[in-house]
Amino acid sequence: MNNSRRNFLKVAGISAFAFSSGLAALAPEKVGAAAIGKYEKGSKALDAKRWAMVIDTRRFASPADYKPLIEACHSAHNVPFIPAADGSGREHVQGIKWLWLDKYEQTFTDDMNAQLPAKVRNGSYPLLCNHCTNPPCVRVCPTQATYKMQDGIVAMDYHRCIGCRFCMAGCPYGARSFNFMDPRKHLADPVPNPAYPTRMIGVVEKCTFCAERLAVGKLPACVEASDGAVLFGDLEDPNSTVRKALAENYSIRRKPSLGTQPGVYYLI
Amino acid sequence: MYNKKYVIVGIIVFVALFTTPFWLGGMGGGEYTRPAIELPKGEKECVEPVEYMRAEHMQLLNEWRDEALRNESRVYVSSTGKKWEISLQNTCMKCHNNPKEFCDKCHISNSVYPYCWTCHIQPKESK
Amino acid sequence: MVERLLTGSKTYYLWLLFLLAIIGGSCLVYWQQLQQGLTVTGMSRDVSWGLYISQFTYLVGVAASAVMLVLPAYFHHYKQFKRMIIFGEFMAVSAVVMCALFIVVDLGQPQRMANVMLYPTPNSVMFYDMMVLIGYLCLNIVIGWVTLEAERLDIEPPKWVKYLIYLSIIWAFSIHTVTAFLYAGIPGRHYWLTAIMAARFLSSAFCSGPAILLLLMFLLRRLTGFDPGRQAIKTLTIIITYAMCINVFFYLLEIFTAFYSGMPGHQHPITYLFAGHDGHLPWVTSWMWAAVIMAFAALALLIPPKFRENEKLLPFALIMLVAATWIDKGLGLLIGGFTPNMYETVTDYAPSFMEISVALGVYAIGALVLSLLWKIALDVKKETGHFGD
Repeated sequence: MNNSRRNFLKVAGISAFAFSSGLAALAPEKVGAAAIGKYEKGSKALDAKRWAMVIDTRRFASPADYKPLIEACHSAHNVPFIPAADGSGREHVQGIKWLWLDKYEQTFTDDMNAQLPAKVRNGSYPLLCNHCTNPPCVRVCPTQATYKMQDGIVAMDYHRCIGCRFCMAGCPYGARSFNFMDPRKHLADPVPNPAYPTRMIGVVEKCTFCAERLAVGKLPACVEASDGAVLFGDLEDPNSTVRKALAENYSIRRKPSLGTQPGVYYLI
Repeated sequence: MYNKKYVIVGIIVFVALFTTPFWLGGMGGGEYTRPAIELPKGEKECVEPVEYMRAEHMQLLNEWRDEALRNESRVYVSSTGKKWEISLQNTCMKCHNNPKEFCDKCHISNSVYPYCWTCHIQPKESK
Repeated sequence: MVERLLTGSKTYYLWLLFLLAIIGGSCLVYWQQLQQGLTVTGMSRDVSWGLYISQFTYLVGVAASAVMLVLPAYFHHYKQFKRMIIFGEFMAVSAVVMCALFIVVDLGQPQRMANVMLYPTPNSVMFYDMMVLIGYLCLNIVIGWVTLEAERLDIEPPKWVKYLIYLSIIWAFSIHTVTAFLYAGIPGRHYWLTAIMAARFLSSAFCSGPAILLLLMFLLRRLTGFDPGRQAIKTLTIIITYAMCINVFFYLLEIFTAFYSGMPGHQHPITYLFAGHDGHLPWVTSWMWAAVIMAFAALALLIPPKFRENEKLLPFALIMLVAATWIDKGLGLLIGGFTPNMYETVTDYAPSFMEISVALGVYAIGALVLSLLWKIALDVKKETGHFGD
C-alpha cells in the first residue's frame, strides 16, 4: 500500500465519520417524544417510607397452616408449579418460588445452636424476598432490571432482564428464580389470575411485596390470607403495626451479618 | 490498485443490491396501504387523540411501563384530564379486546413483531 | 494481509472444514437451547451459573496472559519474545471472542443483550467487565495488526502503537481483576468472598495462559517449522513456573484461612469439593483431587531446571498444569461457589450433554479465529524470514 493512498484513506475515513455524526446531530429529535399527559399515584394507593413484613411464626402450627398464604401468592401472580422430572411430585430444581417453606436450619443458617426447643427446630418457616435496604441483587444487576423503589420494595422489570442471573448469584437468600423454561407450560389455561401477567422464558423473577396490590389499596396477598399472623406496614412509622409488633416481641432476620438489612422479620 | 476493473464493478454491484429497498420503494408500486383494522365497538376515545396514539403508542407504552414499575405512578392523566389505570393488559386490552384485528394488522404489514403476549395475557376473544 | 487466508495447504483447509463442522453442529444445539430455554443445561435454581460462565472466567485469564509476553518485551526490552509476541496477542483476541460468546450463550434473553449498554449501570461489575473486554479486544486487534504489518514491510511500527501497548499491559491486569470482582464482591458466597480472588485469578492466568500458548507453539513448530526460539521458551517456562507456584500458594492460603479460623461457612465449599457432603461424593471430587495431583506433578517437573529444560518432558508438565488450573477455575470455582447453596444444603450440578456441546462449539469458534489469525502471522513470518534462528 503506498503512502499517499494510505493518507487519502485516513482522511476519507475521518471526514466520512465527521460528516455522518454531524448529520446525526442535525437530525430532528423525533424519537422518544414524551407523553402529553401526566402521571400520578392511585387515589387508594398505600404508601410507606419503608415497607416491612413481620411474620409471627408462633401462629403457624404446621406447614399446612402456611399453605393458604403460598396458594394466595402463587395464584395471584401466576407462579407455576413445575414438578420434578423424576415423578416424585417434588418441585423441579429449575422451579419457580416466590413464597415457600424450609426448615429452621435452612432458613436461619447463621443460628447454629445445637439445642433448640423442638417446636422451633422442627417448625417450617416461610421464605421470600427480603426486600433488603442494601440489596446485593440491585448492586450487581447490569441493566437495572431489578431496582429498589422509594418505599423500600425491591422490584423487577421483566421487560429489561437479560437473564444473566448475576442477581441470583448475588442474593444471599436464594429468593430469586430463573425461568429455565416457558412458565406457561406449567400453568392452567386460563391462568389463575387473568388480570396479572405471567413471565416469559429466560428472565429472573421473585416476590414483589405485591406492589401491584399496594397500588390499589390492598395488602399483599399472603398478608391478606394470613388472618393477622403476617403483618405488613411502614417500618419508619412508629405507630405502624409492624413497629408495634417488633417493639413487643423478640424478632430475628435471615443472615443479618451480611449487612443487607432484610425487610422481613420473624417472630419465633 | 490491483484488479481495478473488478473491484470497481464489484463495489457498484454491491451498492446497487444493498440499496434495492430504497429505490424499489421509491419507484412506486410500493405505495403503502393502511390495513383495515377493526376499531373497538362502542368506544369513542382512546387515552389520547388518535393521531398521537397512532404515531406514539409505543413510546407511551414504554413510558407507562417505566412510570408504573419504577415510580409506582400507576395512573395516567391524559391531556384531556381523564384518568386511566396504567395497564396494557387491563386497560388497553379492555377496549382493544381483539388484538388480531387491531394490533396485529398494522404490526404485520410493517414487519413489527412485539412479543407482549409471552407475558401479558391476551384478551379471551382473540384466541 | 487478509488474502493470505485464501492460500494454504490441504491440512489447513481440512482443519478449517473440521472446525466449521463442529461449529455447525453446536449451532443446532444452541438453536434448541434458544427454543427450550436454559432448561437444557444442568443448571438449577440453586446452581444458577455453570459451565458457560466458568469457561468465560477461565478464558478471560487466557486473554490476560498475553501480557506475560508483552510486558517483558516492552517494559524490559526482552528481545527474545518479539518473535512470538504476535501469537500471544492473537491468542488474546480469540480468547476474548470466546469470552463474549460464552456470556451470550449463558443469557436467558440474548436478544436484549444491548440493554447493558442502553442502560449503563456503574454499580454493576458486569458493566465494567463488558467495557474492559471490548477495550482489550480492540487493543489487541489494533496492536497485533499494526505490528504485523510493520514486520511485513520491514519497518519500525509507528510510534503511537507503543503507547497502546503500554496501555494494553495495564489493561490486561484490569480485565482479570474485574472478572474476579464479579465473584469477590458478593456477600454470602463464602468460596468467592475472598480478597485474594483477583490475585488468584491473575496468578492462575499467568501460568495457564502462557502454558497453553507454549503447547500451541510446540504444535506449530511440528506442523510448520516455526521456531519461537530456545531462549524464549526457556524464559516463558520460568514465568509459568513462578506463576504456578504463586497460584498453588494462594490456594493453600485459602485453605489455611478457612480451616484455621474454623468458620463453617468458609470450610463447607472446600470440604464439598474435596470430600463431598454427608458421605455423598459428588463427581467433582475426583476431578479436584486429579487437579491437586497434576498441579504438584507439574511443579515437580517445572521447578528443577534439569527437568524444566528437557523439551521432551515440558509438554507433559504443561498439559498437567493446564488441566489442573482448568479444573480449579473452570469447574471448582463455580461449583464451590454455589454448593452448599444459600440454605446450606447441597444441590448437585453437572453440565448436560447439550451444555457441553454448545461450549465445544464456542471453543471451535475460538480455534477458528485463532487459526485464521495465526495463519496470517505465520505467512508474514515466513515471508520476512522470521521463522527461526
